[in-house]
Amino acid sequence: MWTYISRRLLQALVILVIITGVCFLLTHFSADPMSQYANKQGMTAADRAIIAHSLGLDQPLPVQYVKWLWLALHGNLGNSFFSRQPVLTMIAQRLPLTLELMVTAEVFIIIISLILGTVSAVKQYSAIDNIITSFSFIGYSMPIFFIAFGLMQIFAVQFKAWGLPYLPTGADIWNPKDLGALIRHMVLPVTCLVIIQVAGYSRFLRSSILEVLGLDYVRTARAKGLSERTMLFKHALRNALLPFITIIGLDIPFLLGGALVTESIFAWPGMGRLFWEYAQRGDFPVVNGVLLLTGTAVVFFTIVVDVLYTFVDPRIRLS
Amino acid sequence: MTNTTLETSSGIPSLKIEAGDVIQPLTPTQLIWRRFRKHRMALVGAVGIIVLLVFIIVGSIVIPESAANNTDLLHRLQAPTALHIFGTDSIGRDNFNRIIYGGQISLIIGALAVLLEVTIGTVIGGVAAFIGGWVDAVLMRFTEAMLSIPSLFLLIVLSKFLGHNIPTINILGRTFSGTVGIVILVIGLTAWMYLARIVRSNMLSLRELDYISAAKSLGASKTRIFFTHLVPNTLGIIVVSATLGLANAILTEAYVSFLGLGVQPPTATWGNMMEQAQSFMSQGAWWMWVFPSLFIILVILSVNLMGDGLRDAFDPHSVRHM
Repeated sequence: MWTYISRRLLQALVILVIITGVCFLLTHFSADPMSQYANKQGMTAADRAIIAHSLGLDQPLPVQYVKWLWLALHGNLGNSFFSRQPVLTMIAQRLPLTLELMVTAEVFIIIISLILGTVSAVKQYSAIDNIITSFSFIGYSMPIFFIAFGLMQIFAVQFKAWGLPYLPTGADIWNPKDLGALIRHMVLPVTCLVIIQVAGYSRFLRSSILEVLGLDYVRTARAKGLSERTMLFKHALRNALLPFITIIGLDIPFLLGGALVTESIFAWPGMGRLFWEYAQRGDFPVVNGVLLLTGTAVVFFTIVVDVLYTFVDPRIRLS
Repeated sequence: MTNTTLETSSGIPSLKIEAGDVIQPLTPTQLIWRRFRKHRMALVGAVGIIVLLVFIIVGSIVIPESAANNTDLLHRLQAPTALHIFGTDSIGRDNFNRIIYGGQISLIIGALAVLLEVTIGTVIGGVAAFIGGWVDAVLMRFTEAMLSIPSLFLLIVLSKFLGHNIPTINILGRTFSGTVGIVILVIGLTAWMYLARIVRSNMLSLRELDYISAAKSLGASKTRIFFTHLVPNTLGIIVVSATLGLANAILTEAYVSFLGLGVQPPTATWGNMMEQAQSFMSQGAWWMWVFPSLFIILVILSVNLMGDGLRDAFDPHSVRHM
């Protein structure tokens, strides 16, 4: 067990070095942060050299990378080129808002997919199963902006036109500390995220329940006279939920990255938008900081899920 | 004369066998086609794709490209009328024509990106499985690393990296903005990871099967086993992944263009039509986003349905009751 965990941790470090290395390389060649000083009046080449030196841009790339990595290991992700704030502070400002949005969405996603997936598996080929399956197939094929635009058109644009109470789209300025405003602004983006994710999750859950229902031990449970309810909740679901828990576990670290498209449609000031705004300007300390954070979360969560899995399912041995 | 009816569990229709007949066994391809045909939704998907392709191809023959890029400021932001059945956009271009030409670009991007994705994924997965050892370890760590980056983040970083200086490309007498090529590269380079893993693990599990041991004991070399047994038996999985990957690639193109990183106007794609529509949402210009979205959904739905059918058709063990 411990040798397994330590081996996995070692691999995780290798993966993180690859992630940061690749991203460092890509971001450094994708934009020149010095371009903002290119045509400034009264600025000479010497001034630009001083700025480049103070930002550490005049050093060879491997040196810059090692320096950045060394500082990152000490909890310093550097400063943004544009806002000049420490990257860690900027992330700390955005992370709570992203978590509020994503965790709320995730809770609804899990509850709704559990219900829909179970119902459509138990009532396989019934009218309700056909409806759920068709909708989840359509939902699975939809780009999120279609749902977002549709909801905005109905609940923001039309409701406003009809003089009904309408939901905000995020274009207005609001204070995230005001709970009422926060909830009102959350309704539309959360609904979008829920619709998209439930489509995939409930399909997945349906097929894993159906698979378990076909197994011999379920037949045994039925044969010894258990009620359908006991058989389902005490026997079948326990095993059917294992793969579902795994994919949720593996998806959780990605919540940190936020939902870039949803956040940008609804002007939600979360991590996705932070990344998007600063990536456009070539502000690579911010970009690399966000990537390092999400990468670390993903890599370590994978290990945690694998280890926890042995407790949930004793049949699995780590090797 | 005795008639025997043969029914198998894998959805093969009954065969009438007459005494004295020489029974021609079905080839694997015929078996796959039979199972696919039984899958009603997959046929619906296939028909959907064919209808869309015909619509786009016939449309681009009948309607010249200039009609799609022709601006008419007097008739901007018009709701659907008999003349412009899908309405017009913010500078008076006809949405119907733009959907035809946008569809062309979106589908080309999807197809070429999948080709790239499948090539990279198969080569990396195959090489990892074939050579093994440290090569396998390095390739798989790299694959895992790429999977640990949220996919849109990776897309953005890569498209910024590639989108430095963009040439224009001339193909078949038409000028494409170089961004088309960049989008293909970006999607292809960020989507191969799952396929690489699937190919590798499929080959590794095949290698444990008895018939491979038999081949080995007959003296078949590693190379021979790889190319005559492992590769053909992985093709089914690759075809299925490619089909589902096509849906993903078209969706990704829409997202990338929606973020303004994709193909630049005047070249239309379904994604950049959506991007332009976003600014006119509040003015109630619903026709600007509803029609391109519907086409995106239609294509992806059809491709996904077909992919599902193919998956069942290629997997003789999956007995699905339709």
